[in-house]
Amino acid sequence: MHTRVIQLLVDNTSGVLSRISGLFSRRGYNIESITAGVTADPRYTRITIVTSGDDDILDQIEKQVAKLIDVRDIKVLKPKCSVYRELALIKVRCEASERQGIISMADIFRANIIDVSKESLIIEMTGDQEKIDAFLGLLDGYEVLELARTGIAGLSRGIKDVTYLD
Amino acid sequence: MIGADAIVKALSEEHVKYVFGYPGVAICPFYNSILNSDVETVLVRTEQNAAHAASGYARVSCEVGVCAVTSGPGATNLITGIATAFADSIPLVCITGQVNSSLLGSDVFQEADITGAVESFVKYSYLVKNVNDIPRIMKEAFYIANTGRKGPVLVDVPIDIQNAEIKKYKYPEEVSMRTYKPTFVGNFAQIKKVIKALEKAKRPVVCAGGGVILANAQDNLIKFCESKNIPVVSTMMGISAVPTSHPLYFGMVGNNGKPYANRAMNESDLLIMVGARVADRAVNQPDLITENKVMVHIDVDPAEIGKNCGPTIPIVGDASNIFEQINNQEFECDTKEWVKQLNSYKETMAKKRTPNPEFTDPEFFIKTLSSKLKSDSVYVADVGQNQIWSCAYCDVKKGGRFLTSGGMGTMGYSIPAAMGAKLASPKKQVVAVCGDGSFQMSMMELATINEVKAGVKIIVLKNNYLGMVREYQHFTYNDNYSVVSLNDYPNLEKLSKAYDLNYIKVSNNGDVEAAIKDMLSNDKTYIVEVLIDPMDIVKG
Repeated sequence: MHTRVIQLLVDNTSGVLSRISGLFSRRGYNIESITAGVTADPRYTRITIVTSGDDDILDQIEKQVAKLIDVRDIKVLKPKCSVYRELALIKVRCEASERQGIISMADIFRANIIDVSKESLIIEMTGDQEKIDAFLGLLDGYEVLELARTGIAGLSRGIKDVTYLD
Repeated sequence: MIGADAIVKALSEEHVKYVFGYPGVAICPFYNSILNSDVETVLVRTEQNAAHAASGYARVSCEVGVCAVTSGPGATNLITGIATAFADSIPLVCITGQVNSSLLGSDVFQEADITGAVESFVKYSYLVKNVNDIPRIMKEAFYIANTGRKGPVLVDVPIDIQNAEIKKYKYPEEVSMRTYKPTFVGNFAQIKKVIKALEKAKRPVVCAGGGVILANAQDNLIKFCESKNIPVVSTMMGISAVPTSHPLYFGMVGNNGKPYANRAMNESDLLIMVGARVADRAVNQPDLITENKVMVHIDVDPAEIGKNCGPTIPIVGDASNIFEQINNQEFECDTKEWVKQLNSYKETMAKKRTPNPEFTDPEFFIKTLSSKLKSDSVYVADVGQNQIWSCAYCDVKKGGRFLTSGGMGTMGYSIPAAMGAKLASPKKQVVAVCGDGSFQMSMMELATINEVKAGVKIIVLKNNYLGMVREYQHFTYNDNYSVVSLNDYPNLEKLSKAYDLNYIKVSNNGDVEAAIKDMLSNDKTYIVEVLIDPMDIVKG
């Protein structure tokens, strides 16, 4: 089992996300996370999918996705030459007395506190998945009330494999 | 000009001759506009058969088959037909009416999310939201359906869009799709590798799939095999890629195929798989097939290559082009011994049946029938025992066609598909061979066939059973037959009378020659009831 990050450039048509997610579900491929958003050119949407499987399956996933008519471009984002980021919002139960401890941990991870109430606070952090997992591990002793993770978005480094849009 | 006129005009631009379909309110603007065009309409008796008829038409005419049905149940009834075409890569454009676009998603009368429902069985689908998109969408639909790996495309058009005024109708001359560019020509470096492998090979064999026929690559394939003396086997969909009596053809592979065809594939040291999916019925253990051999996989769809087995040399492109590219190269193959060996397998491994003399032997019937057909005839086999016998015993001559639902195995395919095939080539002899089970799945089309005067010869191999399932229960459940008896209904003679069709009964081998002679003496539709042994098995 390997994990692979695939980045797609697709036509920004209605139903495109369901076509892609439908392909994964009906062929039994895994989606660990999927993010989508319009690109600088509003005709296109960029989708980042984290998927896993053995190498044959991963190759087949690439081919099947590339075959979809809406998909203009498909790239594998290799860890060494790409950057990934994910946003996580974490709501933690926290009395006034515990606040400082959490805030100093958040500081070390360059996370922000974006909401505080009497019994809770919300931490906003971005990073790759490992960083967020590590921070969540540190919160083990606290009660995480709600957690929202976006899944990763990614780009390759440099300009070597940029797809120029006509 | 309204949207419906634009759709019809697009059909004319694409030189569509027939639309197979079934109207309902949501597609009525279209069926009103079509009256003002040269496009002919065929009213089938259930929507599924519109897709099958369009499929038969497409396969014989090598053009896109078109069907048009209404929203809701009309559209959902079409799904099995679409899935059947998708599994065999048959180019169709399916137009469905849809409820008013302002009502979409509110579960109104006869609303079905058909684009969502067919997602996994179409090459692409459109839900038209702006009437001005119609010319572009229709152009793209035909282009997508009939290029690359062919397949069905669905265009869903809400009734208000069909009725809306179109600002300016201009049918695009070219398709410009940023995201869809199929590969036609094989990579030259890969072709070179194939030539090298061919020069080294002692036991090469080509396995021809349906892709050979879809690419119209029969002649280039035959040229390749004849010039280099290379034997060919085929999948079920590949039957008729090479005439069945060709000295280099060694039959259909797979668990219902010829044992010597499988042996040829297994013992080869170079297997050229072309336009075939390597699916379970053709290749039982795809991971083993590549052992001890070089495997070349030629397919227009890159996703097929390596899906079920890993090739040594993959080539993406159109099969006809690729064989032409290979034929243009100078090289030698030495296969004399190998072909001799395969011929000895063919002699010693051929199955011998022990037919029951009280009934007609399907082997004898199919062999006699196909030998009497003209060489360019179309033989449509349905699904069930009739299909397996047809694959085994039908003699397809040069220029002849063998159609069947290979991928999906859809019962009831043969009658509507034969009707479509006959409309595509009225001068050719078209026979549909079905069982009494599959016959009853589409016998409502007898009315349509009579109406359009398609002289189709319908052969019903009658055993009063769903024979294929009965055979499975015989082997797997010790003759515990469950839900497989058809109890001798309907009376085909009376049914023929009801539809004003000719009828002949064949009770045993003695009746065969005369019946076939009679049936082929004119261009009328016949129902030929062939009584076969209910206990007969294909795995004999």
